Amino acid sequence: MNRESAVNLLLALLLIGVPLIAAGMGEPFYVTLATRVVVLALAAAGLNLALGLGGLLSFGHVAFFGLGGYVAGILATHAFNAEPLFAGIPGTTFMPLIWLVAVAVAGLVALPIGAISLRTTGVYFIMITLAFAQMIYYFAISWPAYGGEDGLSIYVRNAFPGVNTAKPLPYFLVCLAVLMATLLLFRLVEGSRFGSALQAARQNGTRLAAVGIPPFKIRLAAFTLSAMITGLAGALYADLNRFVGPSMLSWQMSGELIVLIILGGKGRLFGPVAGAMIFVCLEYVLGGITERWQFFLGLILLVIVLFARGGLLGLLSGKARHV
Amino acid sequence: MSEPVLEIRDLRKSFNALKATDGVSLDLKPGQIHALIGPNGAGKSTLIHQIAGTLRADSGTIRFLGRDIGGLDMAARAQLGLARSFQISSLAQEFSALRNVMLAVQAKKGSSFRFFRQVAGDKSLIEPAMAMLERVGLAARAHVPAAELSHGERRQLEIAIALALSPKAFLFDEPMAGMGPEGSKQLTRFLDGLRHEAPMLLVEHDMDAVFALADRVSVLVYGRIVATGTVDEIRSDPEVRRAYLGEAA
Repeated sequence: MNRESAVNLLLALLLIGVPLIAAGMGEPFYVTLATRVVVLALAAAGLNLALGLGGLLSFGHVAFFGLGGYVAGILATHAFNAEPLFAGIPGTTFMPLIWLVAVAVAGLVALPIGAISLRTTGVYFIMITLAFAQMIYYFAISWPAYGGEDGLSIYVRNAFPGVNTAKPLPYFLVCLAVLMATLLLFRLVEGSRFGSALQAARQNGTRLAAVGIPPFKIRLAAFTLSAMITGLAGALYADLNRFVGPSMLSWQMSGELIVLIILGGKGRLFGPVAGAMIFVCLEYVLGGITERWQFFLGLILLVIVLFARGGLLGLLSGKARHV
Repeated sequence: MSEPVLEIRDLRKSFNALKATDGVSLDLKPGQIHALIGPNGAGKSTLIHQIAGTLRADSGTIRFLGRDIGGLDMAARAQLGLARSFQISSLAQEFSALRNVMLAVQAKKGSSFRFFRQVAGDKSLIEPAMAMLERVGLAARAHVPAAELSHGERRQLEIAIALALSPKAFLFDEPMAGMGPEGSKQLTRFLDGLRHEAPMLLVEHDMDAVFALADRVSVLVYGRIVATGTVDEIRSDPEVRRAYLGEAA
């Protein structure tokens, strides 16, 4: 086992161990905090596919996060009120179905957004993805049917077969299982032919085209897959807070996802996990001391960008390995 | 006479007032090495870029294997069998030499939209890629990241990638650039053997290599081909001597 795998294992144990101990000690708050880590890590893991492997700095991934959240909120609301969505299709509180719809919606929206945005590069790509996210943000604000600016409450957390999701620990375990499955998928994709092409597209798009693989198609597929994962995280996040509102679509949230990845280690399997841990800990510990905790987050980010480009994982496990 | 593999007719490309390619016509025939020479700024690389698809021509046609490829992008042209090397090495820097070649093998074999099978243990990619590295004499450096290879090794790697595509034509843009005399000689011998695999359009400044290799030579000056012929014809052409070869010839 190399050093990075050891660090990853340690992080995974920490992520499982802390909430188990907290639950044992009758401290459900910390379980909820850990769930927040897991869900943010999942959202960032999605972005990590586009940003870390593909070098696509999407500043609009919050759009898919928010869409996933609204899918969960809207389906749950319709089920709760026993009103059909449209054409007699009922809502649902069945989590696996909600996830499926969230993933599908995120993917379907990401496809055209990616197809347009990926014709640009660099700062234009950042701006155009941001613009799309802002469009969806204002759309959500101005749609009174689903709460507009006030958002939408999920009165009872949606259901997962065989699990009492209303309790913090079972819901944490559901989210953790989803995260671990996603990280496994990330690892597989990274080492696959598609992953090779995607990483080559980041390093040198011209080289990729010169061997006959169109970089645009590879990037579009990665962007869409990445959005689907972030959309799934959105659905889990809405259920965690039992609320979805326009704040889940705000551009600050997009920035936070990028910050998570940079804190943890761009392109690394457990980078989003490490990043989410640091972020939530700072938010909780420093946030308890001062309202201005993000000032300190900024300082830490500055130090990492200047002195530890590989993020926390780079610091702990050294240079990234490449076959 | 056999049909040309690559047929260029009246190609034109301007950058504002500068006519970089000014009515170029050229045929690359099977089994031949066709050298393109000319002074700096004559538009040799611009021409290669238009053939490979990095740049789009303003007018004129490029036919490859009888098909007009003017509307295709670089990836589509490469898939048809047009393999190029770059004047300045263009590699996936973080990947090892082997993975750079594996990428070409993967492209040749078909779909890159495979998400699960791991390339690290995929013999159908590794073995052909390794064979190409052996051919260019880079096998011992297979696991070194491209960024850490020497300049000459990167040139060899570019050739190995082109070979791995088993192309219908090679476009080599100054493959000897920056190589020492010994390296150039070795590469010249190597390229000599390639003409039977696929014809080659070769841009090169190393005149020894050009005169040793070329079946035909075209001289490009200010975007125009001023002469085309065999090595002997070009050597004795008074206009070429004046425009390009100068005192050296």
